[in-house]
Amino acid sequence: MRRAAEIGIALGAWIVRLVAVVLVIATFNFALVRAAPGDPAQVMAGQSGGADAKLLADLRAEYGLDQPYAVQLARHLGRVVRLDLGTSTQQRRPVLDLIRERLPATLLLTVTAFALALLLGSTLGVMAGLAAGSAADTAFTVLSLVLYAMPVFWLGLMLVLVFSVWLDWLPPFGYGTINARLGPLGQALDLLKYLAMPAASLGAIYLAIYARLMRASIIEVAQQDFVKTARAKGLNGAQIVVGHMLRNALVPVVTVAGMQAGALVGGAVVVETVFAWPGLGRLTFDALLQRDYPVMLGVFLILSVIVILFNLATDLAYRLIDPRMRAGSA
Amino acid sequence: MTDAKAPVSTAPVLAVDGLTIALPRGGDRAYAVEDVSFAIQRNEVVCLVGESGSGKSMIAHAILSLLPSGVRVAGGAVAVNGRDTARLSGPDLRAFRGGEAGMIFQEPLSSLNPLKRVGAQIAETIRTHQGGLPRDEMRARVEGLLAQVGLPTPGLLARSYPFELSGGQRQRVMIAIAMANRPALLVADEPTTALDVTTQAQILRLIDDLRRERGMGVLLITHDFGVVADVADRVVVLRGGRVVETGSAEAVLRRPRDPYTQALIDAVPRARLRPPAPRPEGAPVLSVEDLRKTFTVRRGLFQPPRRVVAADGLSLALHQGETLAVVGESGSGKSTLGRMIMRLTEPDGGAIRLGGEDLRSLQGEALRRARRGLQIVFQDPFASLDPRQKVGDAVARGPMAYGTPRREAMAAARTLLERVGLTAAAAERYPHEFSGGQRQRICIARALVLQPQVLIADEAVSALDVSVQAQVLALLAELRREMRLAMIFITHDLRIAAEIADRVIVLQKGRIVEEGATRDVFSAPREAYTRALLDAIPGRRFFEHPGFTREPVAPEVA
Amino acid sequence: MDALKAFLRHPSGMAGLVLILAVLVLAASAPFLYPESPWEMVATPFAPPGEDGMRLGADTLGRDVAAGIAHGARVSLLIGIASALAALVIGVTVGALAGYAGGGLDAALMRMTELFQTIPAFVLAILLVATFTPSLATIVATIGAVSWPPLARLTRAEFLRLRRREFVEAAICQGERAGRVVLGHVLPNTVSPILVTASLTVASAILIESALSFLGLGDPNMMSWGFMVGSARSSIRQAWWASVFPGLAILVTVLAINLFGEGLSDVLNPRIARRRG
Repeated sequence: MRRAAEIGIALGAWIVRLVAVVLVIATFNFALVRAAPGDPAQVMAGQSGGADAKLLADLRAEYGLDQPYAVQLARHLGRVVRLDLGTSTQQRRPVLDLIRERLPATLLLTVTAFALALLLGSTLGVMAGLAAGSAADTAFTVLSLVLYAMPVFWLGLMLVLVFSVWLDWLPPFGYGTINARLGPLGQALDLLKYLAMPAASLGAIYLAIYARLMRASIIEVAQQDFVKTARAKGLNGAQIVVGHMLRNALVPVVTVAGMQAGALVGGAVVVETVFAWPGLGRLTFDALLQRDYPVMLGVFLILSVIVILFNLATDLAYRLIDPRMRAGSA
Repeated sequence: MTDAKAPVSTAPVLAVDGLTIALPRGGDRAYAVEDVSFAIQRNEVVCLVGESGSGKSMIAHAILSLLPSGVRVAGGAVAVNGRDTARLSGPDLRAFRGGEAGMIFQEPLSSLNPLKRVGAQIAETIRTHQGGLPRDEMRARVEGLLAQVGLPTPGLLARSYPFELSGGQRQRVMIAIAMANRPALLVADEPTTALDVTTQAQILRLIDDLRRERGMGVLLITHDFGVVADVADRVVVLRGGRVVETGSAEAVLRRPRDPYTQALIDAVPRARLRPPAPRPEGAPVLSVEDLRKTFTVRRGLFQPPRRVVAADGLSLALHQGETLAVVGESGSGKSTLGRMIMRLTEPDGGAIRLGGEDLRSLQGEALRRARRGLQIVFQDPFASLDPRQKVGDAVARGPMAYGTPRREAMAAARTLLERVGLTAAAAERYPHEFSGGQRQRICIARALVLQPQVLIADEAVSALDVSVQAQVLALLAELRREMRLAMIFITHDLRIAAEIADRVIVLQKGRIVEEGATRDVFSAPREAYTRALLDAIPGRRFFEHPGFTREPVAPEVA
Repeated sequence: MDALKAFLRHPSGMAGLVLILAVLVLAASAPFLYPESPWEMVATPFAPPGEDGMRLGADTLGRDVAAGIAHGARVSLLIGIASALAALVIGVTVGALAGYAGGGLDAALMRMTELFQTIPAFVLAILLVATFTPSLATIVATIGAVSWPPLARLTRAEFLRLRRREFVEAAICQGERAGRVVLGHVLPNTVSPILVTASLTVASAILIESALSFLGLGDPNMMSWGFMVGSARSSIRQAWWASVFPGLAILVTVLAINLFGEGLSDVLNPRIARRRG
């Protein structure tokens, strides 16, 4: 019973936080358009669209740009709360609809990359940490440093160069073969082929980060007294690693994973651009080229919400791992 | 399961023969211990005594093959029940660890896995050595062990996490783990050093009871001759990795042959109760009235904050040349009291008067001026000096802050450094070049160069080895007489309090339980809590034995 | 000085330092090595490495990749260092204020820092640069604005940690004035961790800048590595060299700075922290 209440309270706190972040970002978006050089209607219409008089008039009416700022802000926040993110100036469609179409692709990409990085990264980190000082560990350290220094977009391009241009194993871009007649399983496998390189290039940096962290964490945990206790109890190596070290070592990794979620989602914008992956990042890039402000601001808001959901997931994981967090006594 | 099943062997439970342990190359010495031999019989407690760096802990770890990587046994043998443990490996070694020999460590919190329930950690030991048991039977075994180590409500405790237990309870859990498979040998590495004095007494009694019940051999590592006097059958004294003396506890304590042993025993602070100095006349230098402080620890968003009362109406008066000891266990608020007097922690209410001026009403520059009369020496000699500041600067900073020209201040610093037993050249060196005891001398010089009226020593000798402790205490006593200092000596160690103080205040949970002249409080305590504290002093019976006399010696101790 | 000697013996840290110096030399000598503007068409488009006098080949428009890399080094380093400095100023100010003042101001500043850390920083950077038109100044300001939170948190944590340390309290008890305590005892002891993090911030700033210019949000008047990769990516089948080499330049530079930073961290890690751990 107490557990349920604690989780309820934690969720409540998260919802408060989510609403606060949404309101702050909505306010920031509002301020950004007003702070931009030029007339807000002009900014919203975008430079590439030119000054279509009718569009400008529409925008002024829609956003009430002749009203005082306070009224404009209140109206703006009111819309956001009702999930009205405005209309794309280029495609003339509600921003929310555009986002809804693109959301699954982005979620698929970021969640895959995140899970891959976390699982593979911590596994490698554990192995390196247990073999600290060996040749394999040194090789691992060098590799992770190199991965960590790699620009995401360039890593993506290099994967394309190797696996698509030279080896011709994987499709260079896209989101599934168009017009392919495939069963559900075939479709999934087909999508997987398209997902492989984007997920790998997005996840690589984080894989390196988590692996290095896990390695350091394992080395640190190995020196703790309770590991000595476990040895003094007569446990064998596997029992000690699995039963005592792993969970303790995971604590800092999960903390950092939560903090890195924002960067991971940001990286998706670049990766989607490289691989023509039809997600929110690609939508941002297209909107950027046309200076389609309502879309850019809407995507920024939604991506922030996604980051908070990632945070929530890692926070819950943290609570599961560490009983001290559950008791809230930290 | 019963002792009858074990064959009665004549071999000692533990035989350490010519043990030499090599340290990794490049360290400050080649061997942690050299040529150490001793034995433990059934139903016997052997204490391995030594100061830090004596290698005592290494021996304990070597017995269970738990030496840190890079450290190895370079010679000699360790036999348990006649079996050479150095030859054990793989499954045999694991069956031996936790089976034939159990071990407990100094820090009970870090010795338990923080993320695992206590019951599961005990059950794991049983399962490893005796195989799986039906759920109910395992639960009964675990709860039985928890009850045996004197824990109340074993059922509830088994489901708790280590962070939910007190220090003493955690150490009892560690003992339960070590006892789970009825070992023939228990190795205890400073098991009570991290605990309060009353808890220490309970844990030592528990170990002794279990030893008697089961006829175990116990190897107890300690730095405290008081503990030796209370529980040891035999003693092995180590110095710098070599055995300097071994024998029955009685013989070693009463007739130590080696000068080092004698010096260690002499250094044990004891209540040399002097007649109380006549209470000085006149107004007190420092008076504290009705000081109050409650710490509020905020917990989660919707949980009520936890309140800890650190000071619940504390009052005291201190006269020139007088030493007042403030004693109490952890959480009694003794350190907070010192910090509040220094205005490092802001009290919630009350008054602190130094020479008639209420420090609490002062702010900014006025407070800074007033602080000159009050100085403090902290517990940790490693944390209390800025690693980037030369020792001379650290001492001279004080007078300079009050306007003394640099040259004069440096000269004063050098004089004082010499007075506390260092050389004037020490002024040009950095803190990391000094040992713990030397650093504490520097801190004393730093405090006294300002010629304060009141010196607060907050556990100032607790982090030091006994022999160093005795020297620093002697220095403080000298300086106090010389400078007519009033001193507040905050300590958890009643022996030290009795040795240095004219008057004592006993604190418990932020309240003064008892107050009076040291001799009165120690010889005729009025309160049950004070009595409990006094009874728990390790070695009290021995060291205060009326017939206990020794020739005074002047040994050379580094 | 001990730290310097130790650093000279730190192999990977020294490797990083040597590489950084090499990039610095390249940046400094770019106008002499390649006096022509890197935007000039100087060779046959798609000339492979070694041909047409192009050491690293030519891109779609016949621009010299090697010249671009040399000139791009100036931009990368300039923006990397300038934005890290901007982040340092913001972060240390926010962190020191929060850590020293405590209470309500601390809580407010930390909420703000957390918020900045939660939002997708790169998307915010895109928005800011796109809104205020890309130029050296806006890019530096933007990267600084999204990179300061870790520095602020670190500074605050160090301030809080040190404020409770006995040697700082001892200085207060000795009668030193608050300002002197902060300047004489707190700040000097926070310098090393902040320095390490700041050096790593330079590396991440270079990565953010390269990603911005890859997306076409770089300063249009300055040749940069990210822009080179971005403009070459559609022709990767015809001229791999035009995207491989500039990316390699980013990789090596960032790697060098990270190695340097880690070496620094190993060397500056205070002895006391280890002894007490």
